[in-house]
Amino acid sequence: MNLTLKIWRQKDSKTKGQMVDYKVTDISEHMSFLEMMDVLNEQLINAGEEPVAFDHDCREGICGMCSMYINGEAHGPDRGVTTCQLHMRMFKDGDTITIEPFRAKAFPVIKDLVVDRSSFDRIQHAGGYISVNTSGNTQDANAIPISKHAADEAMDAATCIGCGACVATCKNSSAMLFVGAKVSQYALLPQGQVEATDRVKNMVAQMDLEGFGNCSNTGACEIECPKGISLENIARMNRELLKATFKG
Amino acid sequence: MSVLDSKVPKGPLKDKWTEYKNHIDLVNPANKRNIDVIVIGTGLAGGSACATLAELGYNVKAFAYQDSPRRAHSIAAQGGINAAKNYQGDGDSTYRLFYDTVKGGDYRSREANVYRLAEVSANIIDQCVAQGVPFARDYGGLLDNRSFGGVLVSRTFYAKGQTGQQLLLGAYSAMNRQIARGKITMHNRHEMLDVVKVDGKARGIIARNLVTGEIERHSAHAVVVASGGYGNVYFLSTNAMGSNATAAWKIHKKGAFFANPCYTQIHPTCIPRSGDYQSKLTLMSESLRNDGRIWVPKNIEDVKAIREGKKKPTDLSEEERDYYLERRYPAFGNLVPRDVASRAAKERCDAGYGVNATGEAVYLDFKSAIERYGKEQAKIQGITNASAQKIYDLGKDIVEAKYGNLFQMYEKIVDENPYETPMMIYPATHYTMGGVWVDYNLMTTVEGLYCIGEANFSDHGANRLGASALMQGLADGYFVLPYTIGNYLSKDIRTGKIPTDSPEFDAAEKEVKDKIDFFINNKGQNSVDYYHKKLGKIMWEKCGMSRNAEGLKQAMTEIKALREDFWKNVKVPGNASEMNPELEKAGRVADFLELGELFAKDALVREESCGGHFREESVELDGEQKGEAKRNDKDFAFVSAWEYKGEPADAVLHKEELEFNDIELKQRSYK
Repeated sequence: MNLTLKIWRQKDSKTKGQMVDYKVTDISEHMSFLEMMDVLNEQLINAGEEPVAFDHDCREGICGMCSMYINGEAHGPDRGVTTCQLHMRMFKDGDTITIEPFRAKAFPVIKDLVVDRSSFDRIQHAGGYISVNTSGNTQDANAIPISKHAADEAMDAATCIGCGACVATCKNSSAMLFVGAKVSQYALLPQGQVEATDRVKNMVAQMDLEGFGNCSNTGACEIECPKGISLENIARMNRELLKATFKG
Repeated sequence: MSVLDSKVPKGPLKDKWTEYKNHIDLVNPANKRNIDVIVIGTGLAGGSACATLAELGYNVKAFAYQDSPRRAHSIAAQGGINAAKNYQGDGDSTYRLFYDTVKGGDYRSREANVYRLAEVSANIIDQCVAQGVPFARDYGGLLDNRSFGGVLVSRTFYAKGQTGQQLLLGAYSAMNRQIARGKITMHNRHEMLDVVKVDGKARGIIARNLVTGEIERHSAHAVVVASGGYGNVYFLSTNAMGSNATAAWKIHKKGAFFANPCYTQIHPTCIPRSGDYQSKLTLMSESLRNDGRIWVPKNIEDVKAIREGKKKPTDLSEEERDYYLERRYPAFGNLVPRDVASRAAKERCDAGYGVNATGEAVYLDFKSAIERYGKEQAKIQGITNASAQKIYDLGKDIVEAKYGNLFQMYEKIVDENPYETPMMIYPATHYTMGGVWVDYNLMTTVEGLYCIGEANFSDHGANRLGASALMQGLADGYFVLPYTIGNYLSKDIRTGKIPTDSPEFDAAEKEVKDKIDFFINNKGQNSVDYYHKKLGKIMWEKCGMSRNAEGLKQAMTEIKALREDFWKNVKVPGNASEMNPELEKAGRVADFLELGELFAKDALVREESCGGHFREESVELDGEQKGEAKRNDKDFAFVSAWEYKGEPADAVLHKEELEFNDIELKQRSYK
């Protein structure tokens, strides 16, 4: 198929960017979206132009590195996938595809489609861990039984890949789904209880400091999340925060 | 005597590590504050090492090319992690895990290292649970296990099909705690481009800031390389796009010997290539072979009809199918080890029986499993005279519960429903057992320079068993290196901060900058990918699943010629002082173009078949094992450690003889 691409080009974080039109031809429906971008870049290199910078790494939907906003949707039109798992069969010959970086105050653009998501890391530094040293002398792994239900729910929350689609898709650029998932993982496990109060308070405070917006329950994040992280995690985080606030 | 000293402690195998730990020198906490350690890579090995070293009190400087430590490719590991916990009471033990790993590695690994790995494996599970890793549990609330290929016990712990992700996020969380305390300085989007040696010791690195293009100097008292494997030398592999051998290769060029580069694992169950634009290959978990049956058509006419779209695989009757693994290996059937399954698929496809347009695909069929589970469920639920449709529905539910996420992944990529039509699979490069040579301390042949995880060579011999990579990465980082590096650093407490304005740093930085300037100014005709794809083709065809002397010699000549062309005609757009992904790739492919040739040379020298390395000249000529791989313990029970001497063809071979005192060497048989 032949396509027209409208792509956000921006030299660096300080320079103003703009949309630029490109044409690609003979795109196979079996290609992934990023392989289509590879074709474009090879074409640009051969023509002596600068290729489009975009983040990507594992290309199997788990590293969370790829981050494009395609036709107004984070990771494009398919559901339950990252951009690297999006295939060209979702498009048809003659389509015009608009490709932008993830947009949020807390995700400044570095170059073209590459954004800086280190704000997510800083939220994790504020409390996304259990304080246990790697001595090898912790108690036996089976010493505390954990119900299958709690373990499965914790796993569902922990499956977050930290891509930031929830933030990009939210009209408030809220990171509540991301933070809620991490808070939930630990809140559901006995090992996470000791530091629960400080954890939720510190992570939420850092989230606000980074300039992420608040949640107004539209649920767009849950729909765009490539890993199907549930809104329930936001509710759980709010309960944890309320509990923590009463505890002082 | 060989220049290689493995430094394996004396004494009985089971006491070596305990005795070693009891007698090493320690660094007191006040002195640790004055010691810096650089760690390259933040996957399971690097991430866990960073966290533990920082907890101990060292100042850690960590480097990752990704935008966060959490994105290292360990995250993509699906199946699980082995540990000799014996929670199932099925007779597992440290010795048995050790034995299985040595045997699975086709007797080409170092006994003492493997035993230590098995010994600390149980600690890993305790540690990860304490960190909040949500492993799968049974209804009693205790940890669940599954089994993997090549073993007779259930010792694999897992978190859905995302075990690597959960373990990496565990190590990442431990790192975060230390980053918050200021004990780890994290350098994201940075790439190490050389190691700096002062007085023969590793004392720092030259790194490029991948956002600004700035070249930076970082010093430390020791350098740890945990940069993963070199599978991308094949261009197409299950590795991440950015996975590279640059850190490992740069240290090789500065004196670290490179061991067994020809030991590569080609994984049998990956989604086949669909065209020339393909950028990577996706693994489908080995667990699928528990229930899937592998076949190709018996008659070449059916192959043609399928390729032309005139017939569908479901049109073929049982008699028209060749379940070649069940035919050749009746004892193990579809569950033969990875190397055997891969070669058998290649054999059928080379004979012309491949079932897709490229001729490189075989079927993995779940029809019998769906039927078997369906009948079982009908019985359990007391349904008599269940219709074929009812049986299918019941069976499908069970298969979906077991492999649902994998089936969905397959359908997203291939656009075919694997419940209704068999999956197509083909082998792909997955893991590299070879790597930087290290001694028992995990130190390379350069003093103060360590190498851990997939980047080193030590634990998997010529073939790695499933669920052992995660175990090794975390064992090295959490439990082994923190002890062994302390023993070395105890001699460095009076050294003081390492200055970065020395002539050694000047020289290393100049070398790095000159190379970058060359790439930017070369203005050739061909993109970096052009060379990478060509290299991958040579590697796959001549250094792939089966190798012969003539092909390997050709590979060496062709790679050398390709490398010379690369240095004349490569084209890198943009400039050096900005984010420039093409420039990053150019440096990595330049290193692959050297590594590939050494790989072929190593494969040429090893005139035996062992594990993932299959030499067509070394097969059983008669008897029950006719046509199977033939290992030669008399002449080749050694580790090949290569010393850099300029051109890869001039590399000098050093042999570390392997001694097996606690294990009897046997030929593997899966018939």
